[in-house]
Amino acid sequence: MTDMANGNLQQKSSVHTSDEARERLAKRYRAEGNFKWIGRAAIGVSVAFLLLLLSSVVSQGLPAFTFNFVSLPFEVTAEKLGTDGADQDVLKRADYDSVIRDAIRAEFPDVTSRNGKRALGGILSSGSSVYLRQQVLDDPSVITSGKKLEVPISDFADLYLKGQITSGETVDGAANLRVERQDKEYRLIADEPVFANALSKAKERLSVRVAALRKEQAGTLRSKAKLEGDIVALQERIPSETDSVVKERLETTLAKTEKDLALLLKRIEALVEKANALDGRIANKGLGETLTEEMPSSLLYIGGGVLKLTAITTNTATATPYFALAEEMSEAAKGTWQLRTLDVVEANRKFSDQEIVWTDKLVERDYVRSGINTIFFTRGASREPEMAGVLGAAIGSALTLIVTLVLAFPLGVAAAIYLEEFAPKNRWTTIIEVNINNLAAVPSIVFGLLGLAVFLNYFHLDRSAPYVGGMVLALMTLPTIIIASRAALRAVPPSIREAALGIGASRLQTVTHHVLPLAMPGILTGTIIGMAQALGETAPLLMIGMVAFVVDVPTTFSDPSTVLPVQIFMWADFPEPAFQQRTSAAIMVLLAFLIAMNAIAVVLRKRFERRW
Amino acid sequence: MANASNEHIVSSYEDELTQLTRAISEMGGMVEVAITNATQALIRVDHDLANQTAKADKAVDDMQRYIDEKAVSMIARRQPMAGDLRHIVSAIHVANDLERIGDIAKNLSRRVKHIDSQRVSKQLYNGIRHMSDLALAQIKRSLDSFTLRDANIALDVCRRDDEVDALYISLFREFLTYMMEDPRNITDCTHLLFCAKNLERAGDHATNIAEAAYYLKTGENLYYDIESGKVQLN
Amino acid sequence: MSVATEILQPNVKTGKETIKMSGQKVCVHYGEKQALFDVDLNIVANQVISLIGPSGCGKSTFLRCLNRMNDTIDICNVSGQINLEGQDIYDKSIDVVELRARVGMVFQKPNPFPKSIYENVAYGPRIHGMTRSKDELDELVTSSLRRAGLWEEVKDRLDQPGTGLSGGQQQRLCIARAIATKPEVLLMDEPCSALDPIATAIIEELIDELRENFTIVIVTHSMQQAARVSQKTAFFHLGKLIEEGPTEQIFTNPHHKKTQDYITGRIG
Repeated sequence: MTDMANGNLQQKSSVHTSDEARERLAKRYRAEGNFKWIGRAAIGVSVAFLLLLLSSVVSQGLPAFTFNFVSLPFEVTAEKLGTDGADQDVLKRADYDSVIRDAIRAEFPDVTSRNGKRALGGILSSGSSVYLRQQVLDDPSVITSGKKLEVPISDFADLYLKGQITSGETVDGAANLRVERQDKEYRLIADEPVFANALSKAKERLSVRVAALRKEQAGTLRSKAKLEGDIVALQERIPSETDSVVKERLETTLAKTEKDLALLLKRIEALVEKANALDGRIANKGLGETLTEEMPSSLLYIGGGVLKLTAITTNTATATPYFALAEEMSEAAKGTWQLRTLDVVEANRKFSDQEIVWTDKLVERDYVRSGINTIFFTRGASREPEMAGVLGAAIGSALTLIVTLVLAFPLGVAAAIYLEEFAPKNRWTTIIEVNINNLAAVPSIVFGLLGLAVFLNYFHLDRSAPYVGGMVLALMTLPTIIIASRAALRAVPPSIREAALGIGASRLQTVTHHVLPLAMPGILTGTIIGMAQALGETAPLLMIGMVAFVVDVPTTFSDPSTVLPVQIFMWADFPEPAFQQRTSAAIMVLLAFLIAMNAIAVVLRKRFERRW
Repeated sequence: MANASNEHIVSSYEDELTQLTRAISEMGGMVEVAITNATQALIRVDHDLANQTAKADKAVDDMQRYIDEKAVSMIARRQPMAGDLRHIVSAIHVANDLERIGDIAKNLSRRVKHIDSQRVSKQLYNGIRHMSDLALAQIKRSLDSFTLRDANIALDVCRRDDEVDALYISLFREFLTYMMEDPRNITDCTHLLFCAKNLERAGDHATNIAEAAYYLKTGENLYYDIESGKVQLN
Repeated sequence: MSVATEILQPNVKTGKETIKMSGQKVCVHYGEKQALFDVDLNIVANQVISLIGPSGCGKSTFLRCLNRMNDTIDICNVSGQINLEGQDIYDKSIDVVELRARVGMVFQKPNPFPKSIYENVAYGPRIHGMTRSKDELDELVTSSLRRAGLWEEVKDRLDQPGTGLSGGQQQRLCIARAIATKPEVLLMDEPCSALDPIATAIIEELIDELRENFTIVIVTHSMQQAARVSQKTAFFHLGKLIEEGPTEQIFTNPHHKKTQDYITGRIG
């Protein structure tokens, strides 16, 4: 290919311009392109997971940031409380429960039974009296000014108002309805099949029941087969058995097994019978049904009152009043009444139809206000979800982190400076360095055990106090800070040190005036990483007992307290659905904390950043 | 016995220095030939040779210009130090002196046409020939001391300058005698006297070359050393 | 003395030379390896002496001995005697911090502190407690910057970072910083090697002016610079001091063949 006359020159250029060279180049570009796409895919996957995580946390937690408050006309008067505001003690010990009880019962005077009254009181939060008392104590002038006070609604009522208990649809009455009153019950008759929809929904639920029965039946088949198999085996064995004791035992077993089988067969028979009966009822579309709590609830809104249907056919229904009608009526015209069906059956929810009706009435009367959930941000932990707040844990976290920072930062930076600038390079310093690196990898729970053994058991320090938690976390964070600080110090170019030494600065002056400021951004980054780690640590703090159920917001470093991650951990255990929301909301608060800390780190870095 | 047993790292520098030395040698050769021919032309009253010799001086002048330019260029580009610096500066001086010697040869050639070949006596020419031989010898030896970097040869040349001066004085007396004997000789003898003077000057120039050679070798000024007693000239 | 010699050394007024610093039998070991072998060198006051030699010959090592910067290197071991005005600088009673205020240093790569120009120059005097009031400090900073030939260029921006200047200006800032502590001796380790010819010329001019008040020791790779700038030159080779003498003599007629070979470019 090369022209020998032109010799070397042509040969040299063809090395890079020949077809083979171009193919090699194309291969290089392809490899680079692949690498870029792999990188993008990796980023994409990470971002997707991050978005997934954030969206699930935020969607669950966001409802917890608003809450519904009820402001009934509470009789917060001097007579009821026993003072007009002058005497703090009397104010504190006054019976706010009765004030609240009286107010709510005044709204629903029809409720007379003991159970009913108790359920009615459950619409409001069980911590309402505490809440009300706090408002009065904060501002005793409300006694005389008659300003409207509010209390939190109960957690389930709140969930219901946010649409998380059940949904349902309301249809206007499609035909005229005749109303007949029989004692406590009502009978409703229409000319058209207005209840057909509700009826078919009820029958649908039956088929769910049927399916359950059939499944149970299928489940028994295995046991039946086993029992039959056992009997056959025993029957075969007994004749050939020679030992009389064993034979007797076998015969007893055989008899028992046969009895078991008989019982099982009877049970299966009953199941089949029930299932068949239900099937029959489902098939018969016109057959009326009694509305049990396993079936979707139907509420009839008529004449200013609310009736709950107890049995329906396509055209008729019987109902009990959940809220009294404004006046007696015998007929309701088409379009003046509404039928509401709730999707989730009463048996599957913790908020009964009656409670739904009462809550709706309060909303109708304009007593309910939806606002920012100040309780969540201003109160400590509580057994009641609606009274539970994150402030206690947040303050506890803040106090603990302050202690951690105050202990770990100076010690860590000073240790790094000594090891990097002053320590002689011999075997001892190498051993120390290796050990520090290893400590950074120790599981955090080991530090918890250390704290338990040394701080609590040996020194008898306070359990569950931020300063002890801070000390444990400081031990844990120290290696991270030391390692990051050493790296930052090492990154400062030696020319700076030489210049300072050449001017006549001592070793210490060189480090503090020149090296340290330049290494600050790196040191701060390491510190914030360590702090962020400490903020999210649960295991070591559990070990030293910061699990205490702490209601009061801590104010000093030795008050018992808990931290955000532990609080989240505890709340995640509670069964109430309102707590699940609050767990996610607390996670969001924790994330906000972390973002704030990182933002501070970025600002501090920018301030200290210096080009050299 | 060349000077540097090791060479410049930059070989083109080394080449340039060699070229300079070669140019000096070449110029020296041209000048020696010029003196020889001029003397011959004078003695034999050969007008053709005289013309040729006179014309050949242009080449000598060109050579001096070449050496000058080369030396200045090397100073600008190479920043020579120590021995190299002395070498280049000396080369400029030596070229200068050689050019003067070339001019002397041209003058000698020019005088040939003023001499009447019939009348003049052979005796007179002997002196001139002797003078010329001596001057040539000095020139040759001084150039040797330069190219060989031999301080002793340079000293020897300086010593021998006395001989040249002594010969000139004796020739001067001789010519005076001839002139006093026969006034018809005055014209020719005067011309020959001037020739002798020129040759004596050529010897002085050779001495200058020797001083440059001494400076090149030792870095010291020869006459300063003589004055201060560091060096003996006998 | 003849007329010619006088003309050649116009700046030596009285012709009398006082020794500012001297080294006797100075040896330096880096661990096992020996870098300097019995160096005897006198440094004359108010003169510039340049140390030349091929790479690795020990000239920078010797320079760093003069202000005990070699102390910062653990494996470095210095023996022999080095005197500043007759006092051994390695003596126990000498405080190395004070020594470095008296013997200042300018490095090869300009390394101003990442602080303002004012702070760069003021740092030295401040830590040595040389001034009693802010006005005195201002005065010292101004005069140092003037002496370093930088004042006109930076007087309007003293609070701007020193690292924002050009290379030549940064080096002059480092010189101003070094002279702010009023040292007696100024050590310069290849100060112009990172600079362009104009900046180099400015600094060489500066060195000439500083000679009035300071004694300067400069290490340089450029023989032309050594020839331009110094009155005395010392040639090092493989850790030994080969020759030392007046600069013209070294560069026109060196005594040692090694010196001649190095100067003319015959050995590396």
